[in-house]
Amino acid sequence: MPHDTRFNGPGPDAQWKAALAEGRFAIQRCDDCNAAQFPPTVTCRSCHGAALKMIPASGKGTVYSTTTVRSRERTYNVSIVALAEGPRMMARVEGDPEAVRIGQAVTARMAQGESTVVVFDPEGLA
Amino acid sequence: MSDTLRGKAAIVGIGNTRRWHAPGRSAFDQLEEAAFLALEDCGLTLGDVDALYCAHSTSGLPVLNVAERLGLGANLRHADGTMVGGASFLFHMRSAISALNSGQCDVALICYGSNQASAGGQLAPMPDPQPYEAPYSPRYPISSYALAAARHMHEFGTTREQLAEVALAARAWAQMNPDALERGPLTLDDVMGARMISDPLSKADCCLVTDGGAALVLTRADRARDLASSPVYVLGTGVAVSHRQISQMPDLTQSAAAISGPAALLEAGLGIKDIDHVMLYDAFTICTLMFLEDLGFCAKGEGGDFVASGAISPGGTLPVNTNGGGLSCNHPGMYGLFTVLEAVQQLRGTAGKRQIKDAEVALAHANGGVLSSQATVILGTSATI
Repeated sequence: MPHDTRFNGPGPDAQWKAALAEGRFAIQRCDDCNAAQFPPTVTCRSCHGAALKMIPASGKGTVYSTTTVRSRERTYNVSIVALAEGPRMMARVEGDPEAVRIGQAVTARMAQGESTVVVFDPEGLA
Repeated sequence: MSDTLRGKAAIVGIGNTRRWHAPGRSAFDQLEEAAFLALEDCGLTLGDVDALYCAHSTSGLPVLNVAERLGLGANLRHADGTMVGGASFLFHMRSAISALNSGQCDVALICYGSNQASAGGQLAPMPDPQPYEAPYSPRYPISSYALAAARHMHEFGTTREQLAEVALAARAWAQMNPDALERGPLTLDDVMGARMISDPLSKADCCLVTDGGAALVLTRADRARDLASSPVYVLGTGVAVSHRQISQMPDLTQSAAAISGPAALLEAGLGIKDIDHVMLYDAFTICTLMFLEDLGFCAKGEGGDFVASGAISPGGTLPVNTNGGGLSCNHPGMYGLFTVLEAVQQLRGTAGKRQIKDAEVALAHANGGVLSSQATVILGTSATI
């Protein structure tokens, strides 16, 4: 059966999961318009083309917004991190949840839990 | 502008079950009662309905369920089950008005029901996983709104006290609404001392969790004039979507209400100063504040000062959420339709103690998802046509 070869290979969600399983933090870059994006998709959200490629993320970012979630069991951080490449992602900033500040520089690392997830350390502690 | 839809359709019937805690009634039971009441309100029956609009968080096929239950199948000529969260019903209004005025239907029923409170008090989980956010366990949906509130505070110096003023204003209006669930006294200390859930939002910043059912009936304006109730005309509508996951919202301090609002006003041929009465979907206190800014009632960043001035409280310069809102009146999961019902009551002049004198133009605005979908409708009395 003939397929359009531009869309061959594992889909973007599968590529992301595969990278994560190998301990790599990957985002996408568009070969047409050079925009970086996350989460990964098939078509570019900036130029709507079909030339996205997975690239290694620099892991550098700043906290765009942050909240301390308080359940009866635990208190933990949920942040939105603006990656140096441009895209934003939800993540956790490690350490004292109440010490996380908007604008703070953070660095990504892989954390092992039930599965591998990207978390961020405050810069200087990484 | 001869082909504009301004004033070409009217809300002729409204139904509200006012059953905020009704164990033993399903979501569809609530919906059916509201639909019946809305049709009875304008002297029509279920047999007259030929267009159906509904959305549910717990049913993937709401149009099919509701059409079967209400016995609408034989007559149905148009339907729309667009699901964009709590704003769905205002999206449905826009769809229904187009269908009515292109001759695809004559009597449109928009309806909703929920048993959220009696079913356990939690938002039923929607089959809509978010694998890029779920690993971080944000509390859904409050953490998304908390992230928006925190960014607003960071950029504009908005304070928790200012957010609290939104809750206090809602309660003051609720105290004039016999249908409101929470009408007891509420102080700034009560709000500031409430249990923190996801900083900077506490329990007092959150809407209620209730049951409830709501419905409205739309017809073309010419038919509306012959029906039992006084018609409320739809002068303009606007819809917009910006994201699904809060991490992908383009600017956490500005919602797509900044698009839907001006679109609705443009169609209505009105400016923000022409609005007499305002309903804003207040799932959380930050919503009221952001929508006031995004719709243009005050400048971006000045929402905190605006609400702290008493502007939106009874006796203030801009009557907002006069039923008590989702914060103090009712909030059955997806509240959007209730913003329209209160606006209709105000324009009919049937809002009792909380009636806004000489209200002729109302703006109802609804939000869905996590500040994701926004829809605005401008409504007017016969004097505006």
